[in-house]
Amino acid sequence: MAIVLIDGQEIEIGDDERLNGIQVAARAGVEVPHYCWHPGLSVVASCRMCLVETGKRDADSGEISMLPKLVPGCQTPARDGTVFVTDSEKVRQARAMVEEDLLIRHPVDCPICDKAGECHLQDYHFEHGRPERRADIKPFHSRRRELGETVTLFVDRCVMCTRCVRFTREVSGDAELMVVHRGAHEEIDVFPGFPLENKLSGNVVDLCPVGALGDLDFLYSQRVWFMKQHASVCAGCSTGCSIQVEENQDRIHRLKPRENPHVNQWWMCDEGRYGWKYVHDNARCLAPQQKTEGAWQPLDWSDAPAVLHAALSGENCSPENSPPKNSNPKKRRLAAVLSPFLTVEEAYLLATYIRQYDENAVLALGRIPQAGADESFPNGFTIRAEKCPNRRGVEMLLSALTGDVLSWESFLEQAAETPFDAVWITGGYPPVNGNDGAGEDVASEEEKSLATELPAGLASSTLIVQDLFDSALWRQADIQLPSAAFVERSGSFVNAGNRLQSFEWAIRPPAGVMTEGQLYWRLLDRDGLYNARRVLEDVAREHIAFAAASGEIPATGRDLLLNQLV
Amino acid sequence: MRWNLLSEFEPILLANIHREHSHTLRVYEEQGGYRSLKRVLADQPREAFRDLIKGSALRGRGGAGFPCGLKWTFLPENHPGPVYFCLNADESEPGTFNNRILMEEDPHQVLEGLILSCYATKAATAYIYLRYEYPLAYKHLQSAIDELYAAGYLGDGVCGSEFSLNIYLHRGAAAYICGEETGLIESLEGRRAWPRIKPPFPAVEGAFRKPTVVNNVETAACVKQIADRGVDWFRSLGTPPDPNNPRDPGSFGPKLYCLSGHVEKPGCYEAPLGITVSELINDFGGGVWKGRKAKAAVPGGISMGLLTADELDCKLDFSGPGKYGCLGLGTAAVVVLDETVSIVDFLHNTCRFFAHESCGQCTPCREGTSWSLKMLDRIRAGQGRLLDLDLLLEIGDFIGIMPGTTICGLADGAAWPIKNAIRKFRDEFEEYIKRTNPTGYMETSPPLALELHSIH
Ligand SMILES: Cc1cc2nc3c(=O)[nH]c(=O)nc-3n(C[C@H](O)[C@H](O)[C@H](O)COP(=O)(O)O)c2cc1C
Ligand code: SF4
Ligand code: SF4
Ligand code: SF4
Ligand code: FES
Repeated sequence: MAIVLIDGQEIEIGDDERLNGIQVAARAGVEVPHYCWHPGLSVVASCRMCLVETGKRDADSGEISMLPKLVPGCQTPARDGTVFVTDSEKVRQARAMVEEDLLIRHPVDCPICDKAGECHLQDYHFEHGRPERRADIKPFHSRRRELGETVTLFVDRCVMCTRCVRFTREVSGDAELMVVHRGAHEEIDVFPGFPLENKLSGNVVDLCPVGALGDLDFLYSQRVWFMKQHASVCAGCSTGCSIQVEENQDRIHRLKPRENPHVNQWWMCDEGRYGWKYVHDNARCLAPQQKTEGAWQPLDWSDAPAVLHAALSGENCSPENSPPKNSNPKKRRLAAVLSPFLTVEEAYLLATYIRQYDENAVLALGRIPQAGADESFPNGFTIRAEKCPNRRGVEMLLSALTGDVLSWESFLEQAAETPFDAVWITGGYPPVNGNDGAGEDVASEEEKSLATELPAGLASSTLIVQDLFDSALWRQADIQLPSAAFVERSGSFVNAGNRLQSFEWAIRPPAGVMTEGQLYWRLLDRDGLYNARRVLEDVAREHIAFAAASGEIPATGRDLLLNQLV
Repeated sequence: MRWNLLSEFEPILLANIHREHSHTLRVYEEQGGYRSLKRVLADQPREAFRDLIKGSALRGRGGAGFPCGLKWTFLPENHPGPVYFCLNADESEPGTFNNRILMEEDPHQVLEGLILSCYATKAATAYIYLRYEYPLAYKHLQSAIDELYAAGYLGDGVCGSEFSLNIYLHRGAAAYICGEETGLIESLEGRRAWPRIKPPFPAVEGAFRKPTVVNNVETAACVKQIADRGVDWFRSLGTPPDPNNPRDPGSFGPKLYCLSGHVEKPGCYEAPLGITVSELINDFGGGVWKGRKAKAAVPGGISMGLLTADELDCKLDFSGPGKYGCLGLGTAAVVVLDETVSIVDFLHNTCRFFAHESCGQCTPCREGTSWSLKMLDRIRAGQGRLLDLDLLLEIGDFIGIMPGTTICGLADGAAWPIKNAIRKFRDEFEEYIKRTNPTGYMETSPPLALELHSIH
């Protein structure tokens, strides 16, 4: 164990921890302002905002000797006996000078700058800068040029921290960004004909400490202080990046990655980042309906329990009385297809509900959308070919409940052999013409055919379809239940690495939609509002595979294989 | 030993340069060239030769004056290799041309020193990083290297010994910062010459992430002369260590002084370390141009700062200029400014150079150099304010590795002329500002910038 002194405060750090001055200071609750340093990138120590005083405390005498020079905190390792002083007059002067330097050629066009409100230059200048300007004032100058399809550069706002350049070299690996010219004429640019186009491009905007890099998707859509941030999990692929959903009045404006050392470090891919548009798509299914004598009738959510009871058991019950439980006198053969877009909790509730009617009801895993192959980047970040967030979670639940995992394809074969009386199919898939954020059509042949043709074997069953968008299945259903998008629901996903991450809803679903969790909760006659936390506790208690999911789930999720012999 | 009449000092480093075809192997060998190399390779173990150089207290001639043998011992022991040697021939410090003379006129002296240095440091590959703007040096070095390969002095088994060495001549990227040793390494590797943060120092992790020694051309020439003449000869020249400063390794050996500016006979002169600026101007340079009076002099390239006319008794050794508030000896390139020179113009020109050459990584250097230039632009346009002088001094005091605010020494070099010029010639600056801006010199509000001064 090592002891480091921060402004007189003793901080303990582990022997194998390699921390720099900025990081140990943060442990002591002291912020050392910094631009160029980022925990996910190499150290260049060039912005000099993090200058501190350093020295050494002699182990025996306790005497402290300080270096006469300032040092960059980002480049100075903390060892046993290291002393950092971050609040001296000398340090304050240095910060003020760096801030003054950075504003000399800066346009300070905050009113039209997307970063205003979350800009390090603003915040640091407010805290560490000088109240008055001493440099010559030059006319407002704010050039802009596009770096690619996703990112635009406001050239004169750049503080030359080179984070974006290092990101494209060290993390995404395509090295599109570079510094051109020299000295005060330096600018960030791309080589002509080689725009910034990699599948992680949006991250450079998050990395940029100022408003130099703008996200073309988000640009001018919202002042940041009007948005609320919600921790969530991306549903774009089975990596399951930890994200932050930023919304105002139930409209999403952007998604950003949320730091998670076990999953996505600090990054997310463009597919996930820009792939949320379908949430606000006008084509979404919004009205529950049932087919009576071949004609569509609106279905009131309050009638849903009775209607669904009738559909599953073949017995009518009056809407006034709540349907009797576990009554399936006709011994109807039932099945439920649990989509890999359902949360663990929702899948568990639906399975429980169906099995109230038929304890041998067939439970199958929904279709797994695939696109291409897994794609890994130099620092290990991986975009998975499996374009759904919770295959592992549903699979684990299915094995726990049925001892097996029945795939969508096998399920269809079974249905073709011996048709089911009633089938409940859950969806939640983004629209089939969904694109990957870069405008590419990624719909597979299967997806396209599902949009137009009903799989054989389902035609004779009573079909309950719960989905986001119109499809052949949806049109052939007997009962249509609009589903909620991932940002509207609460629960947990288990990613490809068996990490379970829980999240709460970020926005309310559009009018007409009842979230899956709430519907199942009501069908099961539980009290009050759907509570994902309580459901997960039940799952963890009942199924050993989920044992690790009991108790509070950390913001970075929990490894379900923890303490398990596998 | 003191030479009474300096100009009678027998040149050693420059001994060969006026001979016809001095740059050829034939002429060099006729003068006894490569004899020391053969002798050392034949019967001096590398450790012994390294210790010899260490014992000579030879200090690097590239600017910082770091003890050469000591630098060599920083290489990790028993490293599996390869170890690289970079000969710094990027000579871009204004006023400096001693490396150029050596490379153009006597490349074999440099190469012999380089081969000996590589032998001492176990380097099997050496790069000569040559300033792009030296075409003749390029030509002569390349033909000298070709001659050496043909004669068996380079390649596998140098002169029949176990030691093998390849030398590659690399033309630089035409920027001052390429001369900073880690900027040089980055540039050599094919990247922008952005100096690296240290540690690790090049001796531990340099070119291609391997241990690397960077030495100046003149340092290599001195190595060759020490091999020829021995340590005692070398230590008989120059200034011994200051007995009151236990950390002073002294300033031994001959030095090439570049004398330019307002002198009668500008040129590259050789004398022992420790002659005074006025000795250099008068004994070698024939006095100030046209019999005028000197107003100031740069002691060792413009990044070292300024000496006033009263300070010309400054000794040109590694501790001399520091005693007068200058940064150091630098490259020992003396530039004389006579009484007609405006120090405002001098400083403006200096600032222009550093704003142009700052690599732009570090905020204080990038912005400080360009800000000071813009202020001087404005002062010279008749819109100066007295306040600007304090601001300039503040910038000067803030930028550099000395206060700890930058990655490399370029910023110190940019700061020193500002600090020296304003502190030593403040009256002249104030007079200039008052005269050219009689109505506004007391203004304190931020002024409007002039049209952006283009430095491309
Ligand atoms: C901005 C800057 C420019 C430099 N340019 C040169 C140069 O052109 N030639 C040179 O030998 N050293 C130059 N140096 C010094 C080198 O960094 C290094 O100290 C030197 O090459 C080491 O050689 P030496 O030990 O033989 O002196 C420069 C240093 C700085 C900070
Ligand atoms: S980058 Fe920051 S300081 Fe600059 S205009 Fe934008 S918000 Fe203002
Ligand atoms: S554009 Fe932003 S991230 Fe890139 S160097 Fe400039 S300030 Fe840094
Ligand atoms: S001090 Fe100046 S030249 Fe040196 S690395 Fe920093 S910005 Fe570049
Ligand atoms: S954060 Fe340390 S120098 Fe930039």
